[in-house]
Amino acid sequence: MAKHIFRRVYLWEWPVRIYHWVTALAVVALAATGLMIGAPVAVMSTREAYAGYWFGTVRFVHFAAAYIFFFALVLRVYWLFVGNSHARWSAFIPVGRFGSYFRDMWAVIRTDVLQLQKPPLDFVGHNPLAATTYACIFLLSAFQIATGFALYAPMSAAWLPGLFAWVSPLMGGDAGVRLWHHAGTWAFVLFTVVHVYLVLYHDVVESRGELSSMVGGSRFVEHPVEHR
Amino acid sequence: MLTPPTIWEHAALLGHSRRDFLKFCSWLAAAAGLESSQVGQVVHALETKPRLPVVWFHFQECTCCSESFIRSSHPIVSDVILDKISLDYSETLQAAAGHQAHAALHDTMTKYKGQYLMLVEGSIPTGADGAYCCIGGRTALDICQEAAEGAKAIIGWGSCASNGCIQAAKPNPTGATPIHKLITGKPIIKVPGCPPIGEVMAATVVHLLAFDTIPKLDRVGRPLAFYSRRVHDTCYRRPNYDAGLFVESWDDDNARKGYCLYKMGCRGPSTYNACAVTGWNGGTSFPIRSGHGCIGCSEENFWDNGPFYNRLTNFPGFGIESTADRVGLAAAAVTAVGIGAHVALTAARKGGVIGEQERDAKEP
Repeated sequence: MAKHIFRRVYLWEWPVRIYHWVTALAVVALAATGLMIGAPVAVMSTREAYAGYWFGTVRFVHFAAAYIFFFALVLRVYWLFVGNSHARWSAFIPVGRFGSYFRDMWAVIRTDVLQLQKPPLDFVGHNPLAATTYACIFLLSAFQIATGFALYAPMSAAWLPGLFAWVSPLMGGDAGVRLWHHAGTWAFVLFTVVHVYLVLYHDVVESRGELSSMVGGSRFVEHPVEHR
Repeated sequence: MLTPPTIWEHAALLGHSRRDFLKFCSWLAAAAGLESSQVGQVVHALETKPRLPVVWFHFQECTCCSESFIRSSHPIVSDVILDKISLDYSETLQAAAGHQAHAALHDTMTKYKGQYLMLVEGSIPTGADGAYCCIGGRTALDICQEAAEGAKAIIGWGSCASNGCIQAAKPNPTGATPIHKLITGKPIIKVPGCPPIGEVMAATVVHLLAFDTIPKLDRVGRPLAFYSRRVHDTCYRRPNYDAGLFVESWDDDNARKGYCLYKMGCRGPSTYNACAVTGWNGGTSFPIRSGHGCIGCSEENFWDNGPFYNRLTNFPGFGIESTADRVGLAAAAVTAVGIGAHVALTAARKGGVIGEQERDAKEP
């Protein structure tokens, strides 16, 4: 029976982890309040309108979480340029290595999705399928920010939302922006479900500390030298 | 070049007193949303400027814009149109017909080249070489381009001229096109709505008349004075929205209490217009006050952003009655099934691998 020697490798620097958890909390808040803004629950009340503000509060939480989501993304985008090799933009856009990147992506699909291949793969950092998905999530985040602030701009005198007011005419007015912003919410919901499932899957199948790596920053990689 | 009488001279000719004239100027200033300190400017403008020659075209439209305009109560439209501007061509309102009408149009376009104001009601069909809308044997596009050539400015009346409106709804069989996509190089003011509010139309003309400048416009070319705020933000039912008090069905108690119509599909939150401020029919009411949600008639694509009575609009590409929420829920269900299948597949295919690792880990 082969003994496995594992080495601890540091992958996720603190800004990546901060980004991850702040965004995770913000997305939960944004999706929950966002879907509620789309379809408010029926609260029967005999009170006059001036005595209540719960829907206004739901919207306030949505807007506050949106700002947090935005600034977390700003930090992450900065870290795309100064972070380590797992955090850099080149981890997500495989310039100069497209051939091996797509071959590896196919291997990931064969092993982890279709499960045609039994022994697990190990990529230090993101595997190509995950990296591409996260690149899409960065773009989706930017899309949600642009459409969300475009919807927010007309009721705000703040400078930041106003920067996105140009989005509205491109999408045929606020109604179009609203529709796509709503669709984006569902994309986030679906991503979150699959993302959490796959992290659990990897931890169950491979037990390399996938889940805790986003807390402590490091996980375990099998040492190349096998000992008797 | 003719030197027509100024507006004041014309008013004096008609027997109006100076006092009437000044009253009228204050009225115009108020209608255009100006401060009282600017009344002097209006008086000066009307004393020195000749009547503004105006040509008003009707293309693919239903004339609701004209109907709305002539019902403008503030300033009384007959004063604006018949006295202070010189409406030289308008199929609906002019007395002349046929060759006489065309002669009048031709006269204005040649005599006042570069000075006349062009008002366009209706969209312009580009399908079938423009055959869907011809006047006097010429296509709407041809007439519009010729008139735009010598126009000082163009106002697009209503959603037809601004966005294409109902005839541009999918599949847009006639290729109905709003004017800003066909005319370039001329200032175009959009006054959307189906119809636009009469007072807003009149006030836009008044601004051009009194100041000879284009009013401040928003990103899509609508006068900011009337289109900078959403119906939702100026709605008297807004406190109900913030308090989460919504009408749940048309016949419920909440509807009777006048709660917010958000859940009944009201488009107020995505519609920029002055309905809640000016009201309609001389300020009598506006749709929401009458118990019906806003349908967003002054917004682009409002006819395709249906159904009017649902908060969520149909999701494109998934057939009728498919909202983003239904598509999202279906996708979530598919995802859940996919994950379940993957779990089963993992157990079947990787159970051995997982077991082997666990045994490895248990060894001392």
